[in-house]
Amino acid sequence: MSKDNPALIESATFPRHVIAEIQRAASTGIYDIRGFGAKRKLPSFDDLVFLGASTSRYPLEGYREKCTTEVILGGRFAKNPIHLKTPITIAGMSFGSLSAQAKESLGRGATLAGTSTTTGDGGMTPEERGHSKTLVYQYLPSRYGMNPDDLRRADAIEIVLGQGAKPGGGGMLLGQKISPRVAQMRNLPEGIDQRSACRHPDWTGPDDLQIKIQELREITNWEKPIYVKVGATRVFYDVTLAVKSGADVVVVDGMQGGTAATQDVFIEHVGIPTLPAVRMAVEALVEMDMHRKVQLIVSGGIRSGADVAKALALGADAVAIGSAALIALGDQSPEYDEEYKALGSAAGFWDDYQDGKDPAGITTQDPELSKKLDPKIGGRRLANYLNVLTLELQTLARACGKSHVHNLEPEDMVALTMEAAAMAGVPLAGTNWIPGKGVF
Amino acid sequence: MAEINLHTDSVRSLNEALQGAASGDKFSINNTRGKHAVSVGLTTAVNVEINGHVGYYCAGMNQQANITIKGNAGPGLAENMMSGKVHVTGNASQYAGATAHGGLLIIEGDASSRCGISMKGVNIVVGGNIGHMSAFMAQSGCLVVCGDAGDALGDSIYEARLYVRGHVASLGTDCIEKEMRAEHTEQLESLLQLSGMNHNVNEFRRYGSARKLYNFDIDQVDAY
Amino acid sequence: MCGIVGLFIKNPVLESQLGALVAPMLSEMTERGPDSAGIAVYRDPHESGCKVTVLTEGLDFDWDALESAIKAVFALSKISVIHNQAVLFVDAPISDVQHWLDRNYPELSITSAGTNIEIFKGKGDPLDFIEKFDIKSMSGTHALGHTRMATESAITTEHSHPFSTGQDLCLVHNGSLSNHNRLRETLRRRGVQFKTDNDTEVAAGYLSWRLSEGDDLEQALNHAIDDLDGFYTFAIGTKDGFAVMRDPIGCKPAIMAETDDWAAMASEYRAIATLPGAENARIWEPEPTQIYSWKRN
Repeated sequence: MSKDNPALIESATFPRHVIAEIQRAASTGIYDIRGFGAKRKLPSFDDLVFLGASTSRYPLEGYREKCTTEVILGGRFAKNPIHLKTPITIAGMSFGSLSAQAKESLGRGATLAGTSTTTGDGGMTPEERGHSKTLVYQYLPSRYGMNPDDLRRADAIEIVLGQGAKPGGGGMLLGQKISPRVAQMRNLPEGIDQRSACRHPDWTGPDDLQIKIQELREITNWEKPIYVKVGATRVFYDVTLAVKSGADVVVVDGMQGGTAATQDVFIEHVGIPTLPAVRMAVEALVEMDMHRKVQLIVSGGIRSGADVAKALALGADAVAIGSAALIALGDQSPEYDEEYKALGSAAGFWDDYQDGKDPAGITTQDPELSKKLDPKIGGRRLANYLNVLTLELQTLARACGKSHVHNLEPEDMVALTMEAAAMAGVPLAGTNWIPGKGVF
Repeated sequence: MAEINLHTDSVRSLNEALQGAASGDKFSINNTRGKHAVSVGLTTAVNVEINGHVGYYCAGMNQQANITIKGNAGPGLAENMMSGKVHVTGNASQYAGATAHGGLLIIEGDASSRCGISMKGVNIVVGGNIGHMSAFMAQSGCLVVCGDAGDALGDSIYEARLYVRGHVASLGTDCIEKEMRAEHTEQLESLLQLSGMNHNVNEFRRYGSARKLYNFDIDQVDAY
Repeated sequence: MCGIVGLFIKNPVLESQLGALVAPMLSEMTERGPDSAGIAVYRDPHESGCKVTVLTEGLDFDWDALESAIKAVFALSKISVIHNQAVLFVDAPISDVQHWLDRNYPELSITSAGTNIEIFKGKGDPLDFIEKFDIKSMSGTHALGHTRMATESAITTEHSHPFSTGQDLCLVHNGSLSNHNRLRETLRRRGVQFKTDNDTEVAAGYLSWRLSEGDDLEQALNHAIDDLDGFYTFAIGTKDGFAVMRDPIGCKPAIMAETDDWAAMASEYRAIATLPGAENARIWEPEPTQIYSWKRN
C-alpha cells in the first residue's frame, strides 16, 4: 500500500522495481548488468541457530581456555600447504574490477590478520603480491595475464570453473574500466567491453582437468596446493569430480556470491544458495572418505562470525569473503550517500560496480576516485573486520564447548524454518524432524 | 647431450632435470608414448629433442627453451608459452598454442580444432590445415596457415592477425578478410622464413577483427 | 567423464590376440576413468541362435540352477560363467530368451544380446577388472572398451558402459549429454526401456529407437546430431565392425589410428601407443559430426 494513497495496492508480480527494469530494457535494448550478489531473500545461515552449552554440554572460558582457529589447506598432494591463522580468507576479485588501492588494502589487511587473498580475472599485480603474505593465484578460462613466473610466485593456484553469481558464465569488465593499465595486463585494446570465455580454452571435463592439474603441478614442482572453485549448482557431483581430478582444496561459491559485472538475470536465477551447497559439498567429501583430507572453502554471503561458525559446523574447513571485505573497506558507506545519490543510487543499495564510478574508490579504475582509498587505512579496516569475525567465531565455538573451531558439528545447530532444515540437514527447532532426510 | 628414457624415468624427474638445466644444455627424450606434461615450465634456453609422440600439454608455459617434437603432439601443445620455440614435425591436436603470450610455434603437419584459441601474442605457423573454431577470441599475435582453415575461423577475434593460404571453410563472428599491405607481407615473409615454410606470400590472404563487437551495440544483437 | 577405446582387427592372424591388444589400451585409460570399466567383445558367433550376457550385482548367484531352468525351456548350448556375469549360448530367438529372463530372473541384468557380442562390466579399479575377467586372453574380431569417471549418476556395475542398444549393438561414450532427462521420458513413451539414470544409456536407447524406425546406423547417428545435446565422442560397436562420431562442438578428445593390421580409436594417444606398429600408423582426429566406420566383408 502506498502511504500517500492507502487504497493503492502494488502488484507482487509487477512491483515498481520490476516495472522500472522492463522500462529500462525497452529504452536501452541491453540486459541489465550490475555488480554485487543475489539480492533477493534466500534461505541462509540466518535460519540456523546454535545450541549453546547446557546441563549436558560445557562451555569454554574465554582467553586461557583456548579455542584454536588455525587451519591448514592443501596438504593432499602439495609440498607446501597453506597455513592460516584464521579460517576466513579473501575471495578472488580482479585487479580491473577493483582498483590497485583496493587490492593493496586487501593484501595488507589479510596479512595483518594472518590469512590469504586471491587474485581475480586479470592476473597478479605487484601490489597484491607485495602486500599479501599468502596469495592464491586464480587460473581462469580467460587466462588474462597468466604466466608461469606469477604461477611460481603464488602460494596456491585456484582453478576456476565458475563462481556463485554466475555459474556457467565468464568474466565481464566493461569499457569504462579497461584503463591503459588493465588493458595492458589483459592484452586487450583499451576501452572495449571485455567478455571472458566461460569454458577453459584447453580442457573440458574432469577427465581432462585431471591432466591439466598434473601439468600445473609439473610446472610448479608439486609445491603449491591446487584449489578447484565451482559456483554452486550440482554441488555433490562437482565436489566429487574435483576430488577425483586431483584437487587439494575445493571452493564452493553459493548464489549470494558477488560479482563485478554480470547480467542481473544470471545473478538472481542461476545457482543455489550457500546453505544447501555447504551441506552437499560435505556429503560428497564424506562419502569419498575425503573430508578434512581435501579441504572445503565456502563462500557466498558470509557476513559475520556467526555465518563462519555455521559454515564450519556444517563441515567446511574455511570460508571466503568478497562482498563483505569490500564493505569493510568502505563500500556502501553512508559517508558517500550524496555521491551515490548523484549516481542514481543510495548507500546500501549501490550495485553499479560495472560503471567504474565508485565514490569509495574500490570498484573503479578512475585515478581520482581510486585515490580516495588509502591502502594503509583500508588494510587496517579489513584486519579489524577479520579479527572481529574470528573473535565472534571463537565466542560461538566456545559456547558450544569447542577447543578448535573445526570441532563444530551439524548437531550443534537447529533450524528455524523448514527450508533451512531441509537444506542444511539439521532438525527443525523443537523437533527431531529433518525434512526430506533419506533422499537429498 | 643428456638422454632421458621415459620408459624408465618418470615425467616428474624429466621436468625437474629440464627445469633445472642451463641455457645451451641439450636433451634427447625417448619413449614418450603419448605421455602428458612432457617438458613443461622450462625457463632457460635449453635445447630439447623429443623423439616420439606426446600427449597433452607438451611444452606448456614454455619460456625460452627450444623444443622439437619428432612426432605428433596431443591437446594443448605449448599452451600459454611465453617465449622460445616449439617445433612439431607431425600433427598437433586441439588447442595448440592456447593462450600463449609469445614465442614461435611451428607445426609442420595439421593442427586440430581451436588452434591459437585466446592467443595473446604468440606466433603460430602451421604447414598443413587447421580445424574449426581456430583463433577463437584471439587477442594478439599471428597465426599463419599454409593449408586450409576449418569453420568459424577467428570467432570473436580481437587484434590477432591471421594469414591463410588455402580455403577457409567459414569465418567466425566479427572476423573479416582484410587488405594485405606492405607491413603485413613483411611480417608474413619473416614468419615463413623463420619456420622454414617455402611459400609465396602472395598466395595468402589476411583476416582480422571487424571491431564491431568491441562495445555492445543493440544493432549487433544478431551476432550474439 | 571417461576414457574410451576401440580396436578392430583387419588381419585375421591377430584375432587370437584381440584381448592382449585391448587390455593395455584400457589400462592406459584408468586415470581418466577410475571408477569402473567395461568391454564389449565380438567373438564366437552363435548363428544358430543367440548369445545373451547377463550380470548379477550379488556374488552368490546360483548359476547351476539357472542352467537347469533354461534347459527346461530352451536348447542351451553353453553357459560360460565369469565372476558375477555369464554368457548364455541359446538356440532360440533373442526376444524369447529376453522375455523369459525378464519374467523368471528379474534379478539378472541383460547386458547384451546378439550372435557375436559379449559385454562385461566391473565396478572398481579398471586394472582389477582387466585381471578378473582375463581380458588379455580373449580373442575375437573387434572390441570396444570404456573406463568411467562417474559424473552425474551412480557408480554401479549397471551404470558402466558399454550400453547395448540392440542386437549386436553397443555404445561407449566420453562426454556429458545435457538433454537426456527429457529425452529419456520421450523414448520411454515410445517403448524404450531404461534401467539407470545414466545419460549414455539414453544415447544408446535413442540409437536403437532410430534403428527400429528403419534408419541404418549412419542415418541414426546423423539424427543424433540434431536430437542429442551436449558434448560427446561416441564409439558404436556393430556385428561387423565399429563407428566413431563426435558432436559438433568437438571438445571431448578423440584420436584414431590405422595400419594394415588394425584400426583403433581412443580418448588419448597413449592408449594407441600400446598397439604394435603404432609408431608408423596413420593417425588422425575425427572431424566433428563425421562418421568413421570399419566393417568386415
